Amino acid sequence: MFGLNKKDTGILLVVAFLALAAPFILNPFPEGSAMAQFNAGYPDLMQRLVIFGIFAIGFNILFGLTGYLSFGHAAFLGVGSYAAIWMMKLLTMNVVPAIIVSVLFAGLFSLLVGWISLRRSGIYFSILTLAFAQMSYALAYSVLTPITGGETGLQPKYDDPRILDGTLEAGQSPRANLFGLEMNDGFELAMGNWVFTFNAGYYIAAVVMLIAFYLSIRIFRSPFGMMLRAVKSNQQRMNYTGLNTKPYTLAAFVISGMYAGLAGGLLVAMDTQVGAERMFWTASGEVVLMTILGGAGTLIGPVLGAGFIKYMENIVSKINKSVLEQWFAFMPDGIEDVMIALVYPFVGKGWHLTLGLLFMLVVIFLPGGLVEGGQRIAKMFRGKKASDDTTDASKTPAE
Amino acid sequence: MSFSNPTRRGLIKTGAVASAGLALPTYLRADGHAGFTNAPQGSTVTLGFNVPQSGPYADEGADELRAYELAVEHLNGGGDGGLMNTFSSDALKGNGILGKKVEYVTGDTQTKSDAARASAKSMIEKDGAVMVTGGSSSGVAVAVQALCQEAGVIFMAGLTHSNDTTGKDKRANGFRHFFNSYMSGAALAPVLAANYGTDRKAYHLTADYNWGYTTEEAVRSSTEAMGWETVAAVKTPLTQTDFSAYIAPVLQSGADVLVLNHYGGNMVNSLTNAVQFGLRDKLVNDKNFEIVVPLYSRLMAKGAGANVKGIFGSTNWHWSLQDEGSKAFVKSFGTKYGFPPSQAAHTCYVQALLYADAVERAGSFNPCAVVEALEDFEFDGMGNGKTLYRGADHQCFKDVLVVKGKENPTSEFDLLEIVEVTPVEQVTYDPDHPQMAGGSLGSCNPGA
Repeated sequence: MFGLNKKDTGILLVVAFLALAAPFILNPFPEGSAMAQFNAGYPDLMQRLVIFGIFAIGFNILFGLTGYLSFGHAAFLGVGSYAAIWMMKLLTMNVVPAIIVSVLFAGLFSLLVGWISLRRSGIYFSILTLAFAQMSYALAYSVLTPITGGETGLQPKYDDPRILDGTLEAGQSPRANLFGLEMNDGFELAMGNWVFTFNAGYYIAAVVMLIAFYLSIRIFRSPFGMMLRAVKSNQQRMNYTGLNTKPYTLAAFVISGMYAGLAGGLLVAMDTQVGAERMFWTASGEVVLMTILGGAGTLIGPVLGAGFIKYMENIVSKINKSVLEQWFAFMPDGIEDVMIALVYPFVGKGWHLTLGLLFMLVVIFLPGGLVEGGQRIAKMFRGKKASDDTTDASKTPAE
Repeated sequence: MSFSNPTRRGLIKTGAVASAGLALPTYLRADGHAGFTNAPQGSTVTLGFNVPQSGPYADEGADELRAYELAVEHLNGGGDGGLMNTFSSDALKGNGILGKKVEYVTGDTQTKSDAARASAKSMIEKDGAVMVTGGSSSGVAVAVQALCQEAGVIFMAGLTHSNDTTGKDKRANGFRHFFNSYMSGAALAPVLAANYGTDRKAYHLTADYNWGYTTEEAVRSSTEAMGWETVAAVKTPLTQTDFSAYIAPVLQSGADVLVLNHYGGNMVNSLTNAVQFGLRDKLVNDKNFEIVVPLYSRLMAKGAGANVKGIFGSTNWHWSLQDEGSKAFVKSFGTKYGFPPSQAAHTCYVQALLYADAVERAGSFNPCAVVEALEDFEFDGMGNGKTLYRGADHQCFKDVLVVKGKENPTSEFDLLEIVEVTPVEQVTYDPDHPQMAGGSLGSCNPGA
């Protein structure tokens, strides 16, 4: 299907199913139950999950295929965001021009950065990209305040020119839309105690993510992708055979920069606000973590990694002391206090600690990331099935 | 039943099941629309406390959270009632808000506008918060305020000092109790003139971001109106930790006052550097060289240690105030946590109470009703004397404290002494003052 082989079609279908059914999958616990704390099926987080999925997919095209570790990808995300918000301020609140322009600008900027940084490889390349990203951050935070809004960032306001839209009444907040469909439109579906939220913005982002994912599969399976893998395994040997690898690596860099720009544009489309912190080096580091956690060089890994980290950031960070007290309320007083004291450092503001520990566990025991974990489980099942003499391959999950 | 060969009975059965399935959601959701976002259901109401728990302002954030927890306790009738006893409005009964028990969710803003919005959004979309409050920087306050306006919930700003929050970025659903840069400048200038004379040359070091700009502008225009001259204003990167390179040129410039428009760790470092360079022992233009810090906080004074002695600055509130409200607050905070509250804790506690009171007086959680109740609301007994929540820009107008680093501190909390309580008239400005220009409140948004 779509020029993919059977296995890749399977992966695409699985991702499509996960994306479209996310409101159900992410809200497994009934409203009001103690476990409802872990529900992630609200629009903002679902949007972030797929948008950072796009960011990680794009990063994986560079890092997973060529092995070039960029520590500055957040800069492209930021440039895309600023481009998008300016389109919203100057042209229209429709998200389509904003997203297109964000991809273009991020592409141009990554061309410039890639052109310079790709003169070096290995750690020197990483440092160069990191330097560019920090430079962009500093520029956006203070020097370019008239363009970027500095620390306060940019938001669309009622008195922006917006050539294509009609003027708004004083003090009205402009809302991002897709030909009239507002991003926060949607409806709630209640089934018994379960409430599932369906949100227009999320589904737009999810469809864009599926297209981005499909393109990345095509890139992975193309001769171009093969060339990038060759760069990763031995660039010197490629050079000795008389092949100039620079155009390939630069193309990969620009493509992944455009993915980052797309993610930036979508972030603005879903939540019309840009701040300079989006370009800070920790944001660049985060996408590296996402990719490695999920499984660098695999198709679905980065999406899983992005989902995992964003889930931790938004859910675990919100567990506070009073929530813990509710959980352990059934225990005798002394034990309750001990349990709270034990668990508290790992939740709430300590979510970084939990994430760090999990990251270490994954890197040590599953060097191939979450995808390797999935594969091992699949293998376990398959091994068992083989001994049972079942040959029904259709029932085993695809990798 | 087979689909290729439908029977009459099968068709009726399927139809009944299908229509029941379709009707179920609508039936269950019928009670969900009360005309505004997150109308509280059942016997509880959820508030969202969005404070920095990590990053540069984590100390302030922790203190804010303590204050909110205290406020919730008092609203639900626990503890000694704190400021509810001294508050001029007696709508609050200690039985929650409108009889609903107050529950809360917390989030970490990380002092980043993106993270703050994500956290606020999850409070609104997932936890059903009807009001969001907190924040320890103006960038975050502006970002979250705009979000709350869009979503249709009330935003009660925490510690945010930039003019923009209730100036060019003001919103109808957002309210600020804390004072701002303009007020700092207006309160400080007369005290500085009285102590240091009107013939001074000032040198500004300004943190290179929005808050720094508005503070520099405010202090500059107020002191220049007193007859001071501004020799130079130099911007310093926010991430700077060593300010020696910026301090050295100060002496060559012929300036005799250094104004440090820095906050938090920045201020601690720049002040320490300035004192280490011996600036304060110098005589320039036959006058003692002086240093001024427009925005002070106890946590900063603690960081800078002995270097703050004798240095002027302004603050929103200080625990050593002797009015009934301040004493009551310091007492209940101290009883619960064992140390006196910071100004961040005070403003957050007061904001939570003001919101609850406005809901009680309005008789509804509807944001538009709350906005109406808060606009032009005059109150007293919250520690700052008579205070007005001005309807034109949703900024509180109250006395501003000019403080000075104490020469002989008696404890690690007793670092600042109050020099003057600048009366509210002196720090009041027109809503369309040039430093606040641009922006419009718009109309309140109740959301769904």
